[in-house]
Amino acid sequence: MIALRTSWPAVVLAALVTLATAAPLVTPFAPDHLDLAHGHERPSAAHWFGTDALGRDVLTRVVYGARISLAVGLLSAAIAGASGVIVGGIAGYIGGGIDDALMRATDAAIAVPRLPLLMVAAAVLQPDVSLLVLLIGLASWMETARVMRAECLSLRSREFVDAARALGAGHARILFVHLLPGAAPAVVVSGTLAVGRGILLESALSFFGVGVRPPQASWGNMLYQAQATLGTEPWLALFPGLFIFLTALSVNLTGDLIATRRRSVEKS
Amino acid sequence: MLRFLLRRALQSLPLLLLVSLLVFLLIHAAPGGPLAVYLSNPSVRPQDIERLRHALGLDRPLWQQYFAWLAAFARGDWGYSFTDGRAVSERIFDRLPASLELVGASFVVSLALTLCAGIGAAVRRMGWFDRVTTALAFAGISLPVFWLGLLLQMIFAVALGWLPSAGRATVGAAGPGDRLEHLVMPVIVLSFVQAASWSRFLRASMIDALGRPFVLAAEARGLSRARVICRHALANALAPLVTVVLLDAALVVSGAVVTESVFAWPGIGSLFTEALARRDYSVLMALLMLTSTAVVVLNVVADTAYAILDPRVRL
Repeated sequence: MIALRTSWPAVVLAALVTLATAAPLVTPFAPDHLDLAHGHERPSAAHWFGTDALGRDVLTRVVYGARISLAVGLLSAAIAGASGVIVGGIAGYIGGGIDDALMRATDAAIAVPRLPLLMVAAAVLQPDVSLLVLLIGLASWMETARVMRAECLSLRSREFVDAARALGAGHARILFVHLLPGAAPAVVVSGTLAVGRGILLESALSFFGVGVRPPQASWGNMLYQAQATLGTEPWLALFPGLFIFLTALSVNLTGDLIATRRRSVEKS
Repeated sequence: MLRFLLRRALQSLPLLLLVSLLVFLLIHAAPGGPLAVYLSNPSVRPQDIERLRHALGLDRPLWQQYFAWLAAFARGDWGYSFTDGRAVSERIFDRLPASLELVGASFVVSLALTLCAGIGAAVRRMGWFDRVTTALAFAGISLPVFWLGLLLQMIFAVALGWLPSAGRATVGAAGPGDRLEHLVMPVIVLSFVQAASWSRFLRASMIDALGRPFVLAAEARGLSRARVICRHALANALAPLVTVVLLDAALVVSGAVVTESVFAWPGIGSLFTEALARRDYSVLMALLMLTSTAVVVLNVVADTAYAILDPRVRL
């Protein structure tokens, strides 16, 4: 019973991923199917989440938008995680002046206001989804780098690292084969936080009209379009935002769950 | 102390140079470059563009342009807005009071929320108050800021009609009550999001402080619970919170940009999104540079504050 209660965020996430991948099976409509005769409709049995000004089914667009949000969140977190692991690993494993320099750079990168800079970059470069993923990923490697560095610092003086070195293992091998598995749980936790942040950043960029471009549906750009008719068609703003919130919340709670499990494993 | 400040200021310079280079290159990578606004305007002739390009020095090598821009920026000459021709500094200073009002008010509110939630949750760990504030904090870090704003507008402005949906004041009705009504929703949005992360931090450091021997000693001397919590535990838990609050300046900037745009609050944040929509690059460059500088300065202040509050730290 307790397991069921604490793992509901993971269940929600699994359901969202299933919905997104099976999008054409979930809904009878196409995401950009126009039906001007049935525009501006309230939620009904035929259109659970209503329709927008062009008569497009909002539920359909939310489900297809889930593909974008989840893909951007996961892939940008993968990029952020990989670059963070490399920077943090090198800093923590080698130490000394290189460590100082890399950590100063990390502090500096954290200090830069992330969203405004990304907004300008996205406005200038007019990215497609893959470039958007790259931009968001490159803007959020710092937290993972800090975590990875701290883990490597504490792991590198352990006996098994000395043993590996005595056996003739090279630096890269020690870092990725011996240190990385030990650091993995902490890195995974910071990675889940990066997924949530990636989803929120994508939706914010799209909300300001510089992220995912219409007609492609993304939760952020649906909210951007909903802003004009907030008073008359609130369902247009309600559902996409609810899904962003639900997804980010489940990701963050899952990360917290992994972190708690890890602490209790370490204690026992 | 002075030497420490000087050293940190020097250390922050490379960061600012890096940001300036990044911003500069980004703008010049834009299709059409800094003159994109004019290129898309049919009433501007090609020879005018050429003339402008020469007058603004855009035909010089890139590195010369960069240093010229940097030198001018450092002198306080931030150029002219491409959209209305006014000095960028003038446009920014016009908008500054509104932003300071909003950020200041939400700073006070979020600090109050943080203290209540953080202390209350730490004192009765795993109690109902702790559970509720934990849930709220998770909601706060997972909520898209702009959606929270839209939601409040839908409920309190559209459906209930209690509060004005946007702006800083009603035209013609400039009483203090009216100003306050306009302030309510943006402040709720900004301070909820900030208090969500700060209160988690205060809770953790309060729990840590409450477990220390000096708290036990204070209790053994028979001091009241309230006195132990406020004078002994809180005093120790606050020092790390101060640094976290100051280091979060970058987040506050992002939050203000989003909140001001949603509520059409006439501050720096909405100036930024307006400039973004019109590709007004001179305004964008100045704003990015200024906010980065402000954040860097606050970071140095954070380090200094920590040293002052915690006598164990030597500068």
